[in-house]
Amino acid sequence: MLRIRALAKRYEGPRPRTVLAGIDFDLAAGEYVAVMGESGIGKSTLLNLIAGLDRPDAGSIELEGRDLARLDDDALTVLRRARMGFVFQAFHILPYLSVAENVALPLVLLGAAAGEGRARVDAMLSEVGLNGRAASRPSELSGGELQRVAIARALVHRPALVLADEPTGNLDPDSAAQVLALLRDAVKGNNGAAILVTHSRAAAATADRVYTLTAAGLRAGGARD
Amino acid sequence: MAHVPAPRLRGTLRATAGALAGHKGRVLVTIVAIALGVALGYAVQLVNRVAVNEFGQAVQTLSGTADLAMRGPRGGFDEHLFGEIARLPEVAAASPIVEVEARIPGRDDALRVLGLDVFRAGLIQPGLVPEAAESLDTLRDDTIFLNAAAMDWLGARTGDLVPMQVGTQVIRLRVAGSVPAEGHAQPLAVMDIAGAQWRLARIGRLTRIEVRARPGADVAALERRVAAMLPPGVAVERPAAAIESTLRLSRAYRVNLNVLALVALFTGGLLVFSTQALTVVRRRPYLALLRVLGVTRGGLVGLLLVEASAIGAIGALAGLLGGYGLAQLVLEIVGPDLGSGFFRGLAARATFEAAPAALFFALGVATALFGSLAAASEAARTEPAQALRAGDEERAFGRLAPTAPGIGFIALGALLTAAPPVRGLPIFGYVAIACLLVGTILLIAHIARAAFRRMPVGRNPPARLAVLQLRGAPGQATVSLAAIVASVSLLVSMAIMVASFRQSLDAWLEHVLPADLYVRAGRTGDTAFLPPDVQQAIAALPGVRRVEFLRSERLLLDPERPQIVLLARAIDATTAPLRLPLVRSADLPAGGAPPAWVSEIAADVYGLAVGQEIVLPIAGRRVRFRVAGVWRDYARQQGAVVIERALYAELTGDRDANDAAIYLEPHASPDAVIRALRARIPGAAELETALPSEIRRRSLKIFDRTFAVTYALEAAALAIGLMSLSSSFGALVLARRREFGVLRHLGLTRTQVGAMLATEGAIVSALGLAVGTALGWVISLILIHVVNRQSFHWSMDLHVPWTSLAAFTATMLALASLTALVSGRQAMGAGVLRAVKEDW
Ligand SMILES: Nc1ncnc2c1ncn2[C@@H]1O[C@H](COP(=O)(O)OP(=O)(O)OP(=O)(O)O)[C@@H](O)[C@H]1O
Ligand SMILES: [Mg+2]
Repeated sequence: MLRIRALAKRYEGPRPRTVLAGIDFDLAAGEYVAVMGESGIGKSTLLNLIAGLDRPDAGSIELEGRDLARLDDDALTVLRRARMGFVFQAFHILPYLSVAENVALPLVLLGAAAGEGRARVDAMLSEVGLNGRAASRPSELSGGELQRVAIARALVHRPALVLADEPTGNLDPDSAAQVLALLRDAVKGNNGAAILVTHSRAAAATADRVYTLTAAGLRAGGARD
Repeated sequence: MAHVPAPRLRGTLRATAGALAGHKGRVLVTIVAIALGVALGYAVQLVNRVAVNEFGQAVQTLSGTADLAMRGPRGGFDEHLFGEIARLPEVAAASPIVEVEARIPGRDDALRVLGLDVFRAGLIQPGLVPEAAESLDTLRDDTIFLNAAAMDWLGARTGDLVPMQVGTQVIRLRVAGSVPAEGHAQPLAVMDIAGAQWRLARIGRLTRIEVRARPGADVAALERRVAAMLPPGVAVERPAAAIESTLRLSRAYRVNLNVLALVALFTGGLLVFSTQALTVVRRRPYLALLRVLGVTRGGLVGLLLVEASAIGAIGALAGLLGGYGLAQLVLEIVGPDLGSGFFRGLAARATFEAAPAALFFALGVATALFGSLAAASEAARTEPAQALRAGDEERAFGRLAPTAPGIGFIALGALLTAAPPVRGLPIFGYVAIACLLVGTILLIAHIARAAFRRMPVGRNPPARLAVLQLRGAPGQATVSLAAIVASVSLLVSMAIMVASFRQSLDAWLEHVLPADLYVRAGRTGDTAFLPPDVQQAIAALPGVRRVEFLRSERLLLDPERPQIVLLARAIDATTAPLRLPLVRSADLPAGGAPPAWVSEIAADVYGLAVGQEIVLPIAGRRVRFRVAGVWRDYARQQGAVVIERALYAELTGDRDANDAAIYLEPHASPDAVIRALRARIPGAAELETALPSEIRRRSLKIFDRTFAVTYALEAAALAIGLMSLSSSFGALVLARRREFGVLRHLGLTRTQVGAMLATEGAIVSALGLAVGTALGWVISLILIHVVNRQSFHWSMDLHVPWTSLAAFTATMLALASLTALVSGRQAMGAGVLRAVKEDW
């Protein structure tokens, strides 16, 4: 479903810098992979390119057969809205919305009917073990709970691809293990694909396959050290 | 245990200053707002000061070293009084004066002419003794001496002839030299008293006597003794009291302008409040970090207040400089009376004085300090651990606006509207307005919360998100709301007040100008009049159906106050409602004292009610009248009283007139009548003719000019309000960059984010406009029924200028949405996606 060929990205500016070069990568539907790599190597940049949040300098990205380079910003946004879900290291739950409203956001953007949306949100919340907290404010939740809200939000609209950038970076090992298990179950239960960027070998171990991003490109297998 | 050094205040100051640098634009706007408020206040103060000083000096020159002065009606009193006063043993010197405002043909202003006994004046008012090349010239009846301002104004030099209109004739007086009159900045002429009495139609009359007591004499005793000798309508007073009584007339106007300028400063304070609230809330995690690192609560408050006073000091300094420049500019362009007409002809420069400058500097700094107090104490009260969490800002905003004081302020404001004036000033009226404003602003968070909760959540994602955001975080919107409510309410209240005034003035003009054509001996001065033969000639003109003549004089009812205007005209109980815009009246029993109709101002100032008796000193006698009605008068600020002209003529023997109101035959044209007048009546060239429509247009023009200063101050308040709106919006949008980044990740297009922001802007400003307009309406009622009534004794009918208010509201709404959109655009740059990576 995702096909990347000869992808390259260069940051211009006062200190120009080539971050990604010659990346080839294929991801099949329903596949759950982890990407590792040293800090600053370009993992987040790669996710941004896949999400259509940034434009590559060379190479191509095809998602479900559509070349991202051919889509304008609005089309990319609509594609992202319908087919992708995001989980961030810093959670990014909107503070002024309740837990349920946060989870419902993608549905709202997609224009889902209110009744149907409510049921789906409730189902998602119980899936991540937060059924009692729908009306809570984000400031009343712990980090692990917030990340579970984020997972519910990333999957509520059944995306084909979930992009998770160090989702457990801010969590203690116990919560991290819980969140990773939840994420995997949710993605698999939805028949979706996912790319999990992580620094943790334990986290990477929950994926079907592990890749490592190096200056030479993206290669299969865990980090060497 | 290792010793942990407490962070030094200086170091932390530098750090907070660095954090402030990130808010450069907003800090700058705050400084500008404070500067604008201080500048306006200081400029008004300087200009008023110049006017008062100049005026005081002028009076000083005229009175010289006199201990006492006697003055009476404008038309003067019998000159025999002078002999009696001068003969008193305690009197060292006495100087008789006949003062006349001479009409100069073709000029809008009259020339003040003093007829003096040069030898006696030399003993008391040496500054008024003419400098003549030919010493006998000072005693001639056809010579005149001008001060520098008069030479300038008339463009005359020694030897030139100066024309003056007396009655309907023009006489010419030769300029025989100059008069120093140091300190008298207005044009002034001096001539021999006998010449003035004869040439200017004041035979046997004096208008003033200045007296110096013998050294060692008891001045107070002399004052009492003189008072007992005076005929009714003539009073004795200390020269300083004369300054007081005239200044009292313009005091309310000056105080009102000062208050308007303070309003600009107040809106500046609100801007400080919004800026500081936002920067403090925005810097919350950072300030909490300082607390974690060991800065005490007090230290934190101190830090923020130092910051605020620095902003205030810079703004106030800039404001003082700006105010000085502005005052200079106003003095040059408009003159020291600020368009009010109270101090006509004064010209002067502003002078720097330390005390008012220090006062306005302190006001500027205090405004900044007060504005930031709420935010600072909030920041200090917060537990650091709480402040470091996401979403806690809302809690902070909630605490910035307590409920109980808000309701308290509004209740207090409502109560104060019933309070009486303090020394003729509506102090409590102003305080009431301030209370209502502060109360509403304190309650605005609750109003906002209630309004947002009731707002329907649409299906359209941007609109839906906008409403959800406002509901979830109403606190952030309240800062912008406070700014909008304050500036809109002040603007709307002024607009309603001015519109009501203008409308009432228009209706009033309509009522007081019922005739088809008006003829005036001369608009200014008191030497021009229509003698009986001219009156008859006017009445006999072809096309004239009827003429009503009016004679005006000025009477001294109370030595503490300026002379009241006496209007003698054809009027009786049946025609009074047609001729006068009566607000109250009564049928008087026949056969009692003759009727008098007093203006509202006179009724207020002298405490007169319908049916009450009033004694007027006419022709040296005390004549009883009964108040038959109270009429609205916008023209004579010193108060006016109308009596029947026939009675006046009988009492005084004065059958001259100042104005004629001409009613035409059905098909006669005013132009034809004017032509006939010019052709048939001797001296008609100097008569002024006007159609009621012209007078109306001219009056409204003067009205608009007078309010020009008000408009300028209003515009300043609005500008500050808009600045504060855009600054608070900009701050909010900046603070929400990560949120926008997340929304973009979740699939919101750029346009949708823009639409969301514009919707939020529109909702917030619509609410602000609604609350501001409602509050403005209430404030306008206070302005009309309390402030204006107590300051000027003018009543007016409420008139809401719906069309201009609607246009204003629409413009503000569009501007606010646009501001939101533009702020959004700025924040939506490429950085917004990267902002997602920053920590909350
Ligand atoms: N906007 C930008 N302009 C210039 N350089 C950038 C920009 N964004 C990222 N970089 C640089 O590109 C490189 C890759 O950044 P990226 O965020 O993709 O790294 P990463 O692999 O995700 O690292 P980490 O594991 O620390 O998150 C870094 O060296 C970073 O400094
Ligand atoms: Mg990264």
